[in-house]
Amino acid sequence: MSDLFRLTIAEARDQLARREISAVELTRSCLDRIADLERRLNAFITVCPREAMEQAEAADARLAKGAAPALCGIPLAIKDIYLTRGLRTTCASKILGNFVAPYDGTVIAKLRAAGAVFVGKANMDEFAMGSSSENSAFGPTRNPYDLRRVAGGSSGGSAAAVAADECIASLGTDTGGSIREPASFCGVVGIKPTYSRVSRFGVIAFASSLDQVGPFTKTVRDAAILLRDLAGKDTHDSTCSARPVPNYEAALTGDIKGLRIGVPREYFVSGMDREVEDAVRAALTHMKGLGAKLVEISLPHSEYAIATYYILATAEASANLARYDGIRYGLRVEADNNIDLYNRTRARGFGAEVKRRIMLGTFALSSGYYDAYYLKAQKVRTLIRQDFEKAFTQCDIIATPVAPTTAFNLGEKINDPLQMYLSDIFTISVNMAGLPGMSVPCGYDSKGMPIGLQIIGAPFSEETMLRAGDAYEGSGAIKRQRPPL
Amino acid sequence: MPSEAYEAVIGLEVHAHLATRSKLFCGCTNGFGAGPNENVCPVCMGMPGVLPVLNREAVEFAIRIGLAAHCQIANYSIFDRKSYFYPDLPKGYQISQYEQPICKGGYIEIPSDGGKKQIRLVRIHMEEDAGKNIHEEGGSLVDFNRSGVPLVEIVSEPDIHSAEEAGAYLRELRALLRYTGVSEARMEEGNLRCDVNVSVRPKGSDKFGTKTEIKNLNSIRFVEKATAHEIARQIEVLESGGRIAQETHLWDPVREETRPMRSKEFANDYRYFPEPDLPPLRVEDQTVEQIRTSMPELPAERREKLTRDHGLTPYEAGVLTEEREVSDYFLGVVEVGLKNYKTAANWVMTEVLRVVNESGKSIDGAVPPAAETGALLKMVEESTISLNAAKMAFPAMCKSGKGAAATVGELGLLQVSDEAAITAACDQVINADPAKLAEYRAGRDKLFGFFVGAVMKAMGGKGNPRMVNEILKRKLAG
Repeated sequence: MSDLFRLTIAEARDQLARREISAVELTRSCLDRIADLERRLNAFITVCPREAMEQAEAADARLAKGAAPALCGIPLAIKDIYLTRGLRTTCASKILGNFVAPYDGTVIAKLRAAGAVFVGKANMDEFAMGSSSENSAFGPTRNPYDLRRVAGGSSGGSAAAVAADECIASLGTDTGGSIREPASFCGVVGIKPTYSRVSRFGVIAFASSLDQVGPFTKTVRDAAILLRDLAGKDTHDSTCSARPVPNYEAALTGDIKGLRIGVPREYFVSGMDREVEDAVRAALTHMKGLGAKLVEISLPHSEYAIATYYILATAEASANLARYDGIRYGLRVEADNNIDLYNRTRARGFGAEVKRRIMLGTFALSSGYYDAYYLKAQKVRTLIRQDFEKAFTQCDIIATPVAPTTAFNLGEKINDPLQMYLSDIFTISVNMAGLPGMSVPCGYDSKGMPIGLQIIGAPFSEETMLRAGDAYEGSGAIKRQRPPL
Repeated sequence: MPSEAYEAVIGLEVHAHLATRSKLFCGCTNGFGAGPNENVCPVCMGMPGVLPVLNREAVEFAIRIGLAAHCQIANYSIFDRKSYFYPDLPKGYQISQYEQPICKGGYIEIPSDGGKKQIRLVRIHMEEDAGKNIHEEGGSLVDFNRSGVPLVEIVSEPDIHSAEEAGAYLRELRALLRYTGVSEARMEEGNLRCDVNVSVRPKGSDKFGTKTEIKNLNSIRFVEKATAHEIARQIEVLESGGRIAQETHLWDPVREETRPMRSKEFANDYRYFPEPDLPPLRVEDQTVEQIRTSMPELPAERREKLTRDHGLTPYEAGVLTEEREVSDYFLGVVEVGLKNYKTAANWVMTEVLRVVNESGKSIDGAVPPAAETGALLKMVEESTISLNAAKMAFPAMCKSGKGAAATVGELGLLQVSDEAAITAACDQVINADPAKLAEYRAGRDKLFGFFVGAVMKAMGGKGNPRMVNEILKRKLAG
């Protein structure tokens, strides 16, 4: 079996362009790898070998004509939250268990146009609600570094698939940390771009004002390549920015001399895993050695981020998930009248965490509670955003841990929602403020579990963020370890 | 106390479909007549992953009706989600505007007691319509063609005090919607819908009584009837020592009464919150000014013109301006150079509107071009034909599509103004009945009418009436 699956996008792109390898060979290699590992990992809800091979053949035809786009022939895994025309799209929920998307979302359409290959739909927490991918109607995804541990979530399948080389890169979504936390747990690069940088059209909504689409890759350079193809204006998404999309790869100069890195004192707190803190501090020291300046900053409203998030995100979710009513598509449990039909369909179709969040959100918006919860939370959200605005007058990027721990054991937190919610303590504020953030591997704990460094940028400063991540990654600060599969 | 001692306090909530080409948040056709679920797409079907994109034309239409009603146009307004479950509501929420609508304040002027009265508005906001449930034997179906069709909701202050005023307000609002081209505003077709809030209180009181809301009103006549009925019902309840319950009533057009809905049917907590998928709607002053300059003449201005320049009564001006097309037609008729505006007004109000109403077509399709009708009336004014002859010619013109001159010629309706012919006819009639002549000359003046009738009959109805009168009078006098 070839190990083409180990390639990065940049490597595969060059080898494909030179016709040293074919898209068909590369795709076959990934599909073989999937066949090999899936029973252990469960990173995919749907694998689509036939469609993937057709796409690969089409990509080869284009490559043969020369001058194909960077992603032509690159096998990708797609989080099962993206609508993919003609392919089952479940959002890891029973309520959409047999739903075949009638249209392609914008990002999927762009990737198809670029000639990318989709090997399958990646596992996740149901409706992106969770931090471990255990809330999937299709069973949890396992961490490639330790199959007893979680892959993180909600985009756990996308992270694990990249870490295990089941694909060259993948797509996830991030509402409160759903790209960065699993990237950290699985030792890959994950980016949540600035809110509005990438279209959300055709991505199943969890919390509309927080959701953002982003890539998982093996390297920062790959993330830069993929992000360029994802980003940009979309007439189907009114919240999507019309700003021109820079060539992110060109920003990777490797030079961070003089770059001011803000280190928020609130993010190094007691209760945090010692090994995580040490690895992050070591990364900061290393970047200082590359010429960056460390600046202590304060983000005083950070402590309210989780409470605020669980009001706003659930409020939006309670409305976003109202459409799953059994009337037009998806699961329907018959009844004599509408109300019973809704109740039975939704009772059977949604999992426990989704129901919990719908109830939380419904409550927060209810008459008489709106001001005390939703409105108050919006005000706190403004304060959190202002914290960052102020901080970015003192620094160019902010560096923090991604998560307070490395990947935890399967089942460890699933019955304790509050503990689970705390996994996102360092990532949630970034969504609240609409900022770009990324996870870059910065070491391993004593059990060999990956640790992620979070780099946060000001709005639309993806280039600076990527440059910092790439400079750190490229300087050989840590030795990357492959998962023991 | 007697019912005259009570005052009704009424506010109207009116929903009007906007006649935009496409729906409010997607590119689907906004129109009638398509088969079930033909004008639909993933967006208006509430598929997973879809997002709304605001229709610019709908915003312009909302601003137009806002300007017509003297509203403040908000530079900044926001959309909200209004949540409830119903099979015809695909997303489980309706995108509407709640705390910050596009239009605030304003008023609509209605005729009242021979004068004018302003009914103030609270707001006008934009929202999307839901689909339509169709209940059939063996199950229910949903048609989403209407889902996402743009609506404006126009909310009045409780400035209305009678069923007649409610009707007048609706007629004026309907006229505004049609003049501005914003809506077809046909209640029978459901593209204009009205809910009425009614309460009563002792005259002179400044406190509001408990109100009820009346729904299911699909004509202005029903609005008037239901409102009158509800006012009377409330007074009766109060007079018999009862209390008004705050509830929603449905109008039953067959039994001509209102009856309360079950409370379960409307006990909703809509959980409004700002729609995160749509950025705030910003409207520049410049845009508002551009729309203002493109506004057509509105019914109030036109009524003013018809009473001032054409000498019509407020009633006549009111009837003619209810529909822009009708007043356009009237102006087209007099434009041929008529001197007698009254005759023209009466003609349009009776002959023209009768044909229009009977045909069920629009004025363009039902009656001859205004210039031809004007030409016909001009012939009356110039005594070329009689008014009766014109009344015979008009239906023929409507049917054949031929012009006034041709029709009058074909039907042989031209008036005879030849003095010799009229004199001859008069002589013939007088000579035929010497007894009547003697009676007349003996002082029975009333017989003059008999002689006129006889002369006209002898002339086949074509004698010039003025000349017949003159000549006959002279001859009879001897």
